[in-house]
Formats: sequence, C-alpha cells, structure tokens
Amino acid sequence: MTKTNTSERLLDVKGLTIEIETRNGPATIVDGIDLHVNKGETLGVVGESGCGKSLTMLSLMRLLPNKIRVTKGTAHFAGRDLQTMSNSELRKVRGGEVGFVFQDPMTSLNPVMRIGQQLAEPLIYHRGMNKAQARKRAGELLKLVGIPGAEDRLDAYPHELSGGMRQRVMIAIGLACNPQLLIADEPTTALDVTIQAQIVDLVKELRDRLGMSIVWITHDLALIAGLVDRVAVLYAGTVVEDAPVDDLFARPAHPYTQGLLASIPKLSDERASRLSSIGGTPPEPGRRPKGCPFAPRCPLAEAICHDKVPVLESLVSAGAHRVACFVAQRKLEAA
Amino acid sequence: MGAQPLMRIENLVKHFHVRLGAFGERAATVHALDDITFDILDGETLSLVGESGCGKSTTGFTLLNLHKATHGKVIYQGKNIVELDEKAMRPYRRQLQIVFQDPYSTLNPRMTIGEAVGEPILFHKLATKAELKDGIATLLADVGLPPRFASRYPHELSGGQRQRVAIARALACQPKFIVCDEAISALDVSVQAQIINLLLDLQQKYGLTYLFIAHDLAVVRHISDRVGVMYLGRLAELTSREELFDNPLHPYTKALLSAVPEADPAHERSRKRQVLQGDVPSPLSPPSGCRFHTRCPVAMDVCSKVVPEWREALPGHHVACHAVTEGISGTGGLPG
Repeated sequence: MTKTNTSERLLDVKGLTIEIETRNGPATIVDGIDLHVNKGETLGVVGESGCGKSLTMLSLMRLLPNKIRVTKGTAHFAGRDLQTMSNSELRKVRGGEVGFVFQDPMTSLNPVMRIGQQLAEPLIYHRGMNKAQARKRAGELLKLVGIPGAEDRLDAYPHELSGGMRQRVMIAIGLACNPQLLIADEPTTALDVTIQAQIVDLVKELRDRLGMSIVWITHDLALIAGLVDRVAVLYAGTVVEDAPVDDLFARPAHPYTQGLLASIPKLSDERASRLSSIGGTPPEPGRRPKGCPFAPRCPLAEAICHDKVPVLESLVSAGAHRVACFVAQRKLEAA
Repeated sequence: MGAQPLMRIENLVKHFHVRLGAFGERAATVHALDDITFDILDGETLSLVGESGCGKSTTGFTLLNLHKATHGKVIYQGKNIVELDEKAMRPYRRQLQIVFQDPYSTLNPRMTIGEAVGEPILFHKLATKAELKDGIATLLADVGLPPRFASRYPHELSGGQRQRVAIARALACQPKFIVCDEAISALDVSVQAQIINLLLDLQQKYGLTYLFIAHDLAVVRHISDRVGVMYLGRLAELTSREELFDNPLHPYTKALLSAVPEADPAHERSRKRQVLQGDVPSPLSPPSGCRFHTRCPVAMDVCSKVVPEWREALPGHHVACHAVTEGISGTGGLPG
C-alpha cells in the first residue's frame, strides 16, 4: 500500500526544526522532523502533549504564533517549497489545496458569522464563485458531511449546533475546495465516543470518494488503527518511528512505541492486573536531554543513548519500517 | 460477590434550575439526574460511564452531598446523608473523598505540596503538629513522590505528579470511599497507566471503595468490578464487568461498546460498527418515555410513551429497556 517513490510524495518535510524564544534564549521544540505523505495515503501522527505534532503542521502553513519560528529544514508540497513561497501563493494553498480541521470547532469557527457564510468564504476566495453559487455549494457540502436538514442549517450560528455537528461543519470547510491534502489535528478529541465513531466513518468514506491524502494527528493509537496506512510516532519533537500501520502494531521497534502500546488496556487483561507503564514524564518543550530524548525514561538505554542522538533509519530487514533507536537498530541488524 | 453495600442510592434525583434567553427571562429545568437506584459494595470499584451530559459527574457530586439532591436518598452507615447540613456532614466528609480531573485547578497555587497534603490532616485532627511532617512524608511515599516534593509548589510539577498530590490529599483523610471524577482523563497515555496502577495499589493497601467516573471504556474494563452505563440522566444498565462487556443487554450499551476503537489494525478494518445516528438530546427537554428511544435501533411504540422500569433482568444484571423485558419474557426463560 505504501509507496516509497519520492515523486509520489505530496508532502515532504525534511529536518524541520522549530525554536521558541524564551527569556533564557532560544529553545528547540521540534528537532529535525522528517515526515512525508504520499498521494492518496493516510498518515497518522501520534504523540503525547507537547511533542510538537501540532506545531509542525502549523509551521507548514506558516501559521506559527509569535516568538516561535522555523530555523532549519525544508517543507515541500506537491514539489513546491512552502518556506520560500510568496504569501499570495501560500494563501492559495491554505484552505485551497490543503484543508485543515482543528480540535476545537468552537474556537475555530467565527461565533458571530452564520455557518453558511463561513463555508462560502473559501469558495468565493479560492474558487471565484459568486455568492449564490457559493451558497448552493455550501448546502451540498453540509449534506456531504451528513448534517440533517442541511440547507436549513446554513443560516445557523455555531452555538446553535452540537459539538459533533460543529465538527462536521469544520470538516465541510476543510473539504470545501476539494483539497489534495486534509490535515486533521485531533479532530475527535473533544467528542464523545459514539460521535467520534460517526466522524471517523465519515472521514473514511469521504477519503474513498474524493481520493485525498490525510494527515491525522492524535494521541490515541487505538483510534487510528483502522484508519491510516502509515504511522509516524513523535516524541519530544522528533520522529522516533515511522512504519506501515500493521507493522507498527505487530512489531513496534522503538521502546517508546512499545511502551505506548503496552500501556493501552487490552480485552484479554485480567481485571486490575498491573498495566505496564512508562516511568517518568516527557521532557518539557525546550528542556530536551542530551542524546536520545527518550533515554532518561527508556528501560533499554545504554551509555551511547545518553550521549548521541540516533537517526531515523530504515531497517534493512523491514523495508519501509524506520526507527531512531541505537538498541532497536542493532537488534534488527543482528537478526 | 458477598460484599456488603457501603452505600445505597435510592431514587436519587437532581434537577438544576437555570435561566435562559439573553436576559434570563425564561426559567428552565435541567434534568441532570432522574430516579437513580443502585448500591455501591464495600471494597469494589464501580464505574459509571456515558457521554458528556449523561449525569455521571452529577451522580458523584450529589451522592457526596456536594450538590443538594432534589429528591431521593443516599444511605451511608444507616444515615441518609443527602439531608444533612454542612456541619452534620463533616464527620462523613472525612470518609468520603473525591479526586477531580484537573489537579491544577483544585490545588491552591500558593500552597506548597506539603501544606496542601497536611491541611486535611490538621482539619480533621488526625495528627498533632509534631507528627505532621512524618504524616506528609508517608502520604507522599504512598503516591510515589519523594519527600522533598513537600516544599514544592503545584506549578513545578507535571500533570501526573499533580494528580498524585490530589490523590495524596484525598488519602490524608483516611477515607473509605473515593469518587474519581475523570481523574485520569487529562493525562497522557504513558502517565495514565502509572496513575491507574497507583489507584489499584492503594485500593489493595487500604481497602478503598471507588466510584470511578470515566468515559474511556478500555480503562473502565480494566479496573472495574461492576460498571453502570448512564444515558441522559438515567441508568441504562448496571452489572459486573464481565457481563457488561460480554453480554450487554441495553441497545445503548451495545452501541457504546461498538464505538470503542481497539488497538488492532486488522480487526478495526474488518469490524462492522453499529454507529448511532444523531446526537444526545438536550437534558432541558429530555424525550418522553425511554430517553434513548430517539436514537434507538430497536425502538418500539411503547418506548416513547412509558419510562422503562429499572429491573434485575438477570441475576446481578440491572437494565431499563422495554425491548429487553419483552425479549426475555417472550422466551419465557426468566421470571419477571
């Protein structure tokens, strides 16, 4: 399913580094991230709070807040450089070729604007539609994301909709201009589990129908198991493992991935048996330890791990499965 | 299970009166909790699950008398504690504790961890000032924090560490019963497992009873003895963990379980989900009859008219559903 041919890459991020300015000078929050998404592929980006998964995506669209900036690395979308592209060109990409869905629709939607207008905005801007055309299309989009009585809802304000409905509106806005890539940042985290199931099913169906690529950012491994083709696991601002989804769940190579998977309670567990957990807590952004960022919590850490930073490398035996860990790489070479 | 009930909740009702409209001109009633009846057994972990607005947190607050019950009883040690005033409640407060979701907003930012943990000890006169330092150190050790943390402030701690402090503060009262209100929901996955293990260890060590309020069914399945499922202010089903996950009876429970993703790609891709349509209706004007009937895949005529009775459909398995009642009496296998 996963193709490694670079020409197929829709999004290609290399060595991306993001720093924040603090009172004590610049601190690194994202440290040389490598990520790519192939055409038609769904990539899951998994990590805990503060690992830099959201900032990475915001940086691609040059939407970083003040005092946070990209200091190194490149990012290409459909072969074009996102970092050096002019603002006017970038505006065509944002919301046009790349759609966004954020976690909290209440803060992303404009509370004093009817949802029909908010849906029409990108259509008028990117597609040059007139108001009547845009309104018609907005109604179709609401129908597409399964909002009952879609046309009547165009004149509703965001507060008149439930959380699940608002998230559907966000998805409709993200999809408004038939993007090639949809970036969804924890789109179901604020939702109840039955509504989450609705949204996941909806996104799967739309992907199959519209043939777009998706980056789905989440902290929930179970959620993306049936949704994505490939998973990139982030820890403290670096990609520690990148593998096809079945490989990752069946043969996690990085001790952090192994720990994450093991800490999810399983059906087969005895009641109240001890869950395996990862000791300690993730380093705070900007306070990254020397060497491998996971070394202080790692049960397998050796002297080299506290000294040198491991590079994300393909495992010879495992093809598309890449891991940044000295111990895992050595084990797989020996095998 | 031969355990005795620690607490009996009988026909508990909690309504909130709110004012709506831009100028609060319309009075309305939120039916947060309607006619809830169940027991909490000594030493067990009973979980309440359900989606936002189903009343699970309100249940926790109301049975600790933190919200005044509108109607109904909570019997603890032979007393109906929901009719007690604050002063009469005080001796029970010590035994009945609560841990909240967000320890950052429950800990006083100007108090050191030692002061925060020591406060309930002094308030309930559980130790003299001379013994206090040792008491705090013991509590911190119980929750896996080194004694030097006593002089730190909440902002210096990580989320997981702060939650450990909140648990230590509840333990300081030597409680019998702790309500864990989404106590692990805000934590990162890797830290969540640590706190679950801690709660399980403390339960064993001190014989604690937990009412565990959560929405993560994987976690609930892991730690519970019994599980209650709530929908829009009512209990839909309550039974043992095994029974609930292996033999759910209520259509809402079935839908809820079917919506939970498993960390298994092949299984997830092939599985057929039963996806519920629509949203949870507003508790301001809950549907008539069975509150689930507007979304229920097997709803019948009677469901929109008559509130289903909360009954023991199978031994130890309570459920409120007309379809279940009919299905079981239809086979003639079980006595009504």
